[in-house]
Amino acid sequence: MTGLAQPRIRIPRTARPGEVIEIRTLIEHPMENGIRGGVAGVVPHDMLTRLQVRRDGETVFTADLGNGTSANPYHVFHLRMERTAELEFLWTDERGRTARATARVVVA
Amino acid sequence: MLSRRPLLLTLAMLPLGGTARANPALEAAMRRLIGEARPEDGGMALRLPALAENGAQVSVTVSVDSPMTAAEHVSAIHLLATRNPTPGIASFHLTPALGRAEVQTRIRLAEDQQVLALAVLSDGRVRRAIAETRVVTGGCIA
Repeated sequence: MTGLAQPRIRIPRTARPGEVIEIRTLIEHPMENGIRGGVAGVVPHDMLTRLQVRRDGETVFTADLGNGTSANPYHVFHLRMERTAELEFLWTDERGRTARATARVVVA
Repeated sequence: MLSRRPLLLTLAMLPLGGTARANPALEAAMRRLIGEARPEDGGMALRLPALAENGAQVSVTVSVDSPMTAAEHVSAIHLLATRNPTPGIASFHLTPALGRAEVQTRIRLAEDQQVLALAVLSDGRVRRAIAETRVVTGGCIA
């Protein structure tokens, strides 16, 4: 069983106090919805089910992913930064495998 | 080119009467996500291209007017497809920490259809936005 791909995060390294920063995330994954392939043989269902984002341990954003989410899930969202913090991004697939990325944003 | 008139008529009828009731899977998905809440139009924007060349990767952005404070924020945004094999696209759970109630992602659309975005507010109210896209190459089976 292979692991999930290494995700990519685009996030500012620094922010001003109170600044709302933009965060972009991308992870390579086929997001197989189990209906491709037709009679020739269906490609098995294989989906990422969740992206969870924590700041200093506290969950700030969660995406629950359904069949309508494209392959290589891409998400852009925002975060208001009041102080320097550690961010953790965690993707989980339906078999419980995870991919993780971290980032530090310095607020000054 | 598609005439705008039928589209406008369809949108006028969609308000949870027509389409949702005529589409049991969509209706069930909505009830699962927002219970018996009655969504109101306005206060949010759903942006997606009017014409999608590739239904496998359609960019969509949802933004909701909200101060995103502890007392008043958007707690969830749900995206639903009206004519995909299954209606669920994604559900986003937001917190005041975000500072802005806006999410962008890429979605699959099997054919021409409307996309429905529901925003659940911290006071329990639900807002709704609908956008229509024509899909050149379907993105679910390919």
